[in-house]
This record gives sequence, structure tokens and C-alpha cells, in this order.
Amino acid sequence: MLDIKNLNASIDGKKILQNFNLKINKGEVHAIMGPNGSGKSTLANVLAGRKGYEIEGKVLYEDENLLELPIEERAQKGIFLAFQYPIEIPGVNTNNFLKTSLNATLKFKGLKELDSLDFLKLVKEKSKNLKIEEKILSRQLNVGFSGGEKKKNEILQMTILEPKLAILDETDSGLDIDALKIVSEGVNSLRNNGRSFLIITHYQRLLDYIKPDFVHVLVNGKIVKTGSSDLALELEKDGYEGVSAIK
Amino acid sequence: MKQQELENSKEYKYGFTTDIESIRAPKGLNEDVIKFISNIKQEPKWMLDWRLKAYSRLKNLKEPNWQKPKYPKINYQDLYYYSAPKSSSNKPKSLSEVDPKLIETYKKLGIPLQEQKRLSGVAVDAVFDSVSVATTFKEELTKKGIIFCPISEAIRKHPELVKKYLGSVIPITDHYFATLNSAVFTDGSFVYIPEGVRCPMELSTYFRINASETGQFERTLIIADKDSYVSYLEGCTAPMRDENQLHAANVELVALDNAEIKYSTVQNWYPGDKDGKGGIYNFVTKRGACRGKNSKISWTQVETGSAITWKYPSCILQGDNSVGEFYSIAITNNHQKADTGTKMIHLGKNTKSKIISKGISAGFADNTYRGLVKVSSNATNARNYTQCDSLLMGNKCGAHTIPYIENKNSTANIEHEATTSKISDEQLFYCNQRGLNQEEAVSLIVNGFCKEVLQQLPMEFAVEAQKLVGISLEGSVG
Repeated sequence: MLDIKNLNASIDGKKILQNFNLKINKGEVHAIMGPNGSGKSTLANVLAGRKGYEIEGKVLYEDENLLELPIEERAQKGIFLAFQYPIEIPGVNTNNFLKTSLNATLKFKGLKELDSLDFLKLVKEKSKNLKIEEKILSRQLNVGFSGGEKKKNEILQMTILEPKLAILDETDSGLDIDALKIVSEGVNSLRNNGRSFLIITHYQRLLDYIKPDFVHVLVNGKIVKTGSSDLALELEKDGYEGVSAIK
Repeated sequence: MKQQELENSKEYKYGFTTDIESIRAPKGLNEDVIKFISNIKQEPKWMLDWRLKAYSRLKNLKEPNWQKPKYPKINYQDLYYYSAPKSSSNKPKSLSEVDPKLIETYKKLGIPLQEQKRLSGVAVDAVFDSVSVATTFKEELTKKGIIFCPISEAIRKHPELVKKYLGSVIPITDHYFATLNSAVFTDGSFVYIPEGVRCPMELSTYFRINASETGQFERTLIIADKDSYVSYLEGCTAPMRDENQLHAANVELVALDNAEIKYSTVQNWYPGDKDGKGGIYNFVTKRGACRGKNSKISWTQVETGSAITWKYPSCILQGDNSVGEFYSIAITNNHQKADTGTKMIHLGKNTKSKIISKGISAGFADNTYRGLVKVSSNATNARNYTQCDSLLMGNKCGAHTIPYIENKNSTANIEHEATTSKISDEQLFYCNQRGLNQEEAVSLIVNGFCKEVLQQLPMEFAVEAQKLVGISLEGSVG
């Protein structure tokens, strides 16, 4: 599904990712953990196509050169990024944004776009699972949302868009324990053989609820250790310094 | 191929010219030309005298120059003041007599005039250069006593109404362009809604400039008698030409006791090319008088075209408890300029006004909101709420907000809010990441920004206007 080879990314001459390698197969859940400034968010942004980075290396996504695709095409082809800080867009109704987004993807796939009625039915069902109050969806996109509401809204978008590769950038930060459970359930319900996840997090806490197949430790733009979900527990105990010293 | 399609879509869709033989007045501005216009319109003497009075006044007036967008001096002697398709010199009695070329032109513009294809629920008056070529649904309206016809026809058939109201809101002495219009106006619409009648359909005028080197001087007069209601919409387009063309219209509205007029404009005159060559000078005077108690006038404008837009649709709130509203979207891209806003003049007691202005600037454009809220000493308990929001795209455009407040009554309550924001790269990235391309993202964000105004438009036109908002900004990012 995704094959990252010798990826280097820098911003204003400052190297952030250095010879980064990672392979994600269909249906796998990978977690990337690392201290502040280790390059976690940069990895997410580069995969999604955010501008402003100088990039070298190769990323294959379903045998296509991902780095050459425009941002929207990556999205239409199934890459979803749940933002660490979801963006506010004043004036744009949340439901309308969701519908426009879903229809852009359906159109790209050559499928029939949903009309307002069918869309509302879909969104009603999905938001109920995530315990999202319906009235939030008629508000302006992310404007005046609490931290938890913003993150849940990201997961709602994910469940509606049904991506092939979902990248979750610190989705757990700012969530209370109840919201964390709900969000995790949302993610788990989407897990299947065809869908992969890249979960970026600081804390082991999230991985209590979403069991990853692999855990990678990212330090200074490089993966310094890879293991099973037990590695996350080790990290919790010894800290990043301890784990990277082991190497 | 894809690039080619993109290029085409960015072009001004209405930029074609209709090749049609026309009758013109001799070039230039003088008494003979005014007599020519009056004569060809078969006007009574009082109308000609009125025009000549305006013309003699004009000679003592100077063009105003306090506005922000400056323009090269217009040579008024080098313009044609009247141009009409030859085929319509004898006003056609029915649509079957209208030149097929004209019907075809309006069809291309999306305005079907033929019986079987008419816009449902919308009566259309089509004005081509200096004449009205067709008016639909006339019979249905006549049954209710509603008069909807070209103003040239109203001058002949309803002189008592025209005499009473023409120039009563915008006097012929008003200012340079208003006076110029009074001297040489050619056509436009006339609407009279009788007492107690609610107009059953949208009334709409579609203005088209076709001939070159021609000024269009539209004159529209709408009277809503006691307890009546009307919703009126105007649309405008023009061919692409290298020269700048002048459109100096006067629009007067009169609302009597308990009457309501809703006036909407979707202005899409040719804006000039990418480098700012050509385009319409849209210098328009629009004013409504809420003459009766409890009357209401509501202006909604979507201004996306023209090289320069310079207008302030205003409300004179004379009647007690009268209400004035102004909802505006002004979009300027490339080298377009706009200096627009409103005047709310509170004279009666308990009068209320509301101003919602959304200015969007992209490219090298410059967008100014200029508005006046005036409360006279007798206008007790006047209320005004003003909200001016500006949205910038890129860093070479400008947005300015110039509110004037003159208050002579201590019971007045006047609120003004203004914001300026920019479409951020983060917002675009977020939208792109959700599968929207750059144009779709901009259109979504901008439509969200303008929503409060778009919602005011009659439903039949809201969708079109939304699309227009997106198209006007194509190519402005990335």
C-alpha cells in the first residue's frame, strides 16, 4: 500500500526527516511515537502533500509515485489526514463541507454523488456512532468547537470518506478519556483487511484502545526502533531517551 | 487538453458580440442628440423639456473625483448616446416579430424569451443597448393591475405616474452622472404595483450592452403603492471589448405606506482582461424612498463584473417605522476596482436600517466599502446595524472600509462592525486534503463568506449567483 524509501524532508534548510523508511501493507495499523520535534507531523504533512518542504526520496502509494500527485488527488485516491489542529473555516457549514468533500471523492471514483437527503441520512447515522451532537454539524466548520469536538469531527469525516490509508496526527491530544474511547471505537470500526492506518501519537494511552500491529519510535527524523505493541509500554516506562539508548 | 479547457472556462462567458444592424444617434452630446432620442422614443413635449432642463444643468456640473478608483478622462463628445437594433425601430407588437438574432442573443445569455421556454415565475424585460426588445408575462400581470413595461412606453401610456415620480427620488440636479442620465436616458423598466397587490412573480430586467463606443443610460422607476409588494431583479452583461464603456444608470424606488420593494442585482458586466484592458465603467445611482409609514426597501447586490464599480444604493427612510436594508457582495479580481456601499438616511421615527457588506479582493484589485448612516434630529429611536467584512486573496490586492456616521439624535442606536481576513494556506490545504481542488476550495470558502447576502437573493437566482461567485475568482490562487 505505502512504501517510503529514503525520504528526506527539510524546511528552510533545516533537516527534519532523514533517510526515513517505512512500509505499510494493506490492513496494517502502524503507530509512530516520538518526542516533540522528532518529525512526526512533518511525516504526516509530507504524505498529505502540504507545500513548504524540500523533499527528496521516494514514496510509492499503490504503485504510484505519491510525491508527484496534487494534494486533492492524493485525497481522492484514499489518503486521509486527521489534522492535529483542525482548521476553522468561518461561514462554511460543517454539513455542507462534508457533503462537498464526499461528493468530490465519489465523483473522482466515477460514482454517483449523494443528494442532500441521502447525505443527511448517512451523516446522521455516522455521527450517532461517534456521539456527535447533530447541531454541531449545522455550525460553521470547526468555529467555536471544543478541542474534543474538533477531533471527533475529524474522525466523522474519516468514517464518511472511507479512506484506504488514514493518517491520524495526534488525534488523542486534547481528548478526555470518554472522548478517547469513542474516537478509538470509531477507528476500530473502520479497521479491515483493505484499510491501513498510520497513527501518530505522543502517548501510549491511545494504543490501549487501538492495538497497532507495529510501533515505530521516531527520533531526530529517523526510526530508531520498531516493535510490536509492547514497545509502546516499554516507552511509557523508560521514556524516549531510554528506548533510543537501547539501540 | 485539460489545460485548454481550464483556459476556456476562465474566459468571460458572455463576451460575444451580436452582429446586428443598428440605428445610432450622431456621436456626441448636445441638444440635437437629446431631441433625437426624445423624438425616436415618440416622447411628449414635457419629457423633452425635462431632459433639456437636465442638460442645461449638466453644463454647470463637474464630474466628481473623490472616489478611490481613478479612471482616464471620458470624452463625452466621443460617445454614442443612442443605439438600437434596426429591426426594432418599429417596436414589435409580439415576440414573433422580434428579430430572431435578438432572441438568439438572449438565449445564449440564458434568458429565454420564447413563450414555451420562459423562466417559470419570472417576468423578464430585455433591454438591448438603448431599447427594450421584449417583455414577457405582460398579460398575466395586467390582470392584477400591475404595470411592467419599458420606461419609454410608460412615458407615453402612463404619463401621470411618470410625471409624479420620475426624478422625485433622484432629482435632475443631483450630481454629474445622475444629471447626465436624466438628459440622455434611453430605456429601462417601469414598474407600478397598485394598492394592496402582492406581485405574484419575480420581475426581472436583463441589460445587455452590445454596440461599441456606446454609453448605456438605463432609467428604472419602481413604485409600490400602499400595502403592495414586489421583488425585482436585474442582470447585466456586455461583450469583451478593448475600450472602456460607460454604463450610467439611475434607478428610483418609491414605497408608499406598508409597501415593500426588494431589489436585487446580479451585475456581471465585462470586467476587462487579465491586464486590466477594457471593461465597463459601472457608475450608477440607485436610490429608494421609503415614503410611507411601515414601508421597506431592501437592496441586494452581487457585483462581480465591470472594470470599475462605483455605486451606493441608498434608502431614504421618510416614513415612520420604515426599514432600509442593504446586502452586498462585491468581488474584484485582476485589475478590477470597486467603490461601493450605501447611504441610509433616517428621517422618520423608529426607522431601522441594516447593512451587510462583503468585499472580496484578489489579484491586483482594489475594493472599497463606503457607507453613510445619517440620523436627522427628528428621527427618534433610529436603529442601524452595519457589518462590513473584507476577504483578501493574495498580497497584491487592497480592501478599504470607509464608514461615515452623522447622528443628530441622541436616541439613535448605531452599531458598526468590520473585519478583514485572508484565505489562509492552511484553509486551502485542509480543503485540498478533503478532495477539493483549488477552485472548488476557494468557491466553498468564498460562498461561505458571502452566505448571508446570497440568502437574500430570490431562489431562482441564488444558485446562479453562487456559481458566478466561484467563476469570478477562478485563477486567483495557486
